[in-house]
Amino acid sequence: MNEKTLAAKTKTFLMFAGPAVFVFIAVLIVPLVYGVYLTFTSWDGISNNKPFVGLNNYIEVFKDKEFWNSLVLTLKYVAVSVVFINLIAFILAFLVTSGIKGQNFLRAGFFTPNLIGGVVLGFIWRFVFARALVSFGTAFDIDIFSTSWLSDPQKAFWAMIIVTTWQYSGYMMLIYIAGLMGVPKDLTEAASIDGATGFQATRHVVLPMMVPSFVICLFLSITRCFMVYDLNLSLTEGGPFAATRMVAMHVYKKAFEAKQYGTGQAEALILFIIVAIIGITQIYLGKRKEVEA
Amino acid sequence: MKKQVIGGNKTRAFLIVKMFFLIVLLLAYMVPFFLILINSFKRKATVIKEPLVLIDPKGITFENFINAFKQMNYPLAFLNSLIISVISVTFIIIFAAMAAYVFVRTKWAASKFFFALMIASMVVPFQVLMIPLVSIYGSSLGMLNSKSSLIFFYLGFGMNLAVFMYHGFIKSSVPISLEEAAKLDGCTKFQTFFLVVLPLLKSITSTMIVLDVLWIWNDFLLPSLVLGKKELYTLPLSTYSFYGTYSNDLGKIMAGLVMTVLPVIALYLFLQKHIISGIVSGAVKS
Repeated sequence: MNEKTLAAKTKTFLMFAGPAVFVFIAVLIVPLVYGVYLTFTSWDGISNNKPFVGLNNYIEVFKDKEFWNSLVLTLKYVAVSVVFINLIAFILAFLVTSGIKGQNFLRAGFFTPNLIGGVVLGFIWRFVFARALVSFGTAFDIDIFSTSWLSDPQKAFWAMIIVTTWQYSGYMMLIYIAGLMGVPKDLTEAASIDGATGFQATRHVVLPMMVPSFVICLFLSITRCFMVYDLNLSLTEGGPFAATRMVAMHVYKKAFEAKQYGTGQAEALILFIIVAIIGITQIYLGKRKEVEA
Repeated sequence: MKKQVIGGNKTRAFLIVKMFFLIVLLLAYMVPFFLILINSFKRKATVIKEPLVLIDPKGITFENFINAFKQMNYPLAFLNSLIISVISVTFIIIFAAMAAYVFVRTKWAASKFFFALMIASMVVPFQVLMIPLVSIYGSSLGMLNSKSSLIFFYLGFGMNLAVFMYHGFIKSSVPISLEEAAKLDGCTKFQTFFLVVLPLLKSITSTMIVLDVLWIWNDFLLPSLVLGKKELYTLPLSTYSFYGTYSNDLGKIMAGLVMTVLPVIALYLFLQKHIISGIVSGAVKS
């Protein structure tokens, strides 16, 4: 592509990148910028005028106790889920690649939950927690299962954690498997010739080589858990008594149910900034730990 | 993929223990699906009284499936999901490949600027955009409640990742010499792209198809904001509304869930290798 004039360049650019750039701007950039503007208005979702209210929405956000409660709850949920997801995913990846038969079959099996949307997964597990486990608990006199987990605030939170871990561990496992496959074989061989045990070789040779995989998996699991909505909606509906209402659901309710669009958007923006800071810090810290083979 | 052994202890007994452990774990992972499946063939009362029994004592029934099929408006919802996914993914792929091509092959300011903007925008979560999106396209332009608007939104939201993936692939694996040869043979730029470059992008295209189809087919939040009319509902939306309406008739609900899950699982059985490798390369590259 060696167009000389500006007109020719513009024509080629628009011919190839025009459609992509247009939809990208219309659907992503315009709403992003307009969204910032919305936080300075008190729009009710129906009327055409959007009264300018300055920083009022941000003051509202700071006074919105429910928002901060749901944010703290989400932080707890993210912290616990991310640890469980990655721990189980790594163990699975390690075992699946440890020379056993049926590697591909096992890999595909553990990944299955990721093929299905959060709403449907939530409904499936709702049946498991509210019916199947209760029936199991009553039949065998197991106290912890004799009532539905979803009607107890504490247990409903753990139900969310269990389903989230079940959902994402297979996905992260795939990334860890790819990472483990990428560790050069001569490195582990050299370690074992030098007299390292399997555990030592894993700890001092394989794990440092796996840092990029950890960075990706942590980033993906943190951002996804922070933004959880579908599963939250179908598994617990945020209940009982709003005990499991995560922050994304709070933002949705603020805007589309309470019709406080400006405040809702301000909360969404604050949430985005928090997630971006955590995600970027995590990547930055991870990159410093990376080693070359 | 080639098998590679990591870690030390490889005695036979240890392998068997590991294998056993993994199989038990996999079965545990599958229990929820299994429970839904067995209960979809039971009568309403049996589901409530005996959710763990394998087969309804009164014999299996297909009633649940027949009712759920009708009441979910299953064929229509399936068709809506199919139309929306296929058209969105097709256009995402064509537009993204074209844009990525010009971004890689030129050093113009516009190429650099828009590519950088697209990469940066990948961190923006949907929740930050949904309220302004509804405000602009709903109350100002009145474009909601239509499949074409939803497809348009999917194009916009799917573009950045697709451009990024194609950009990386074209840069590393498409030799420029082929395009120069095509030019000497008198191909126009469009011909060069569609006849020479696009066929070389097969592997990355199949990755993109996997990622985008799974995303769009399963997406709930965006279609729930855009599609308010029942006749436009996609499969996740109709499952959700079906659950809300009939949540007491558990047998029917189970059948509905089975029918929602089934098409994806069936496809997975055939395309398992492609899907897994698509997901892996998608995740590792981004």
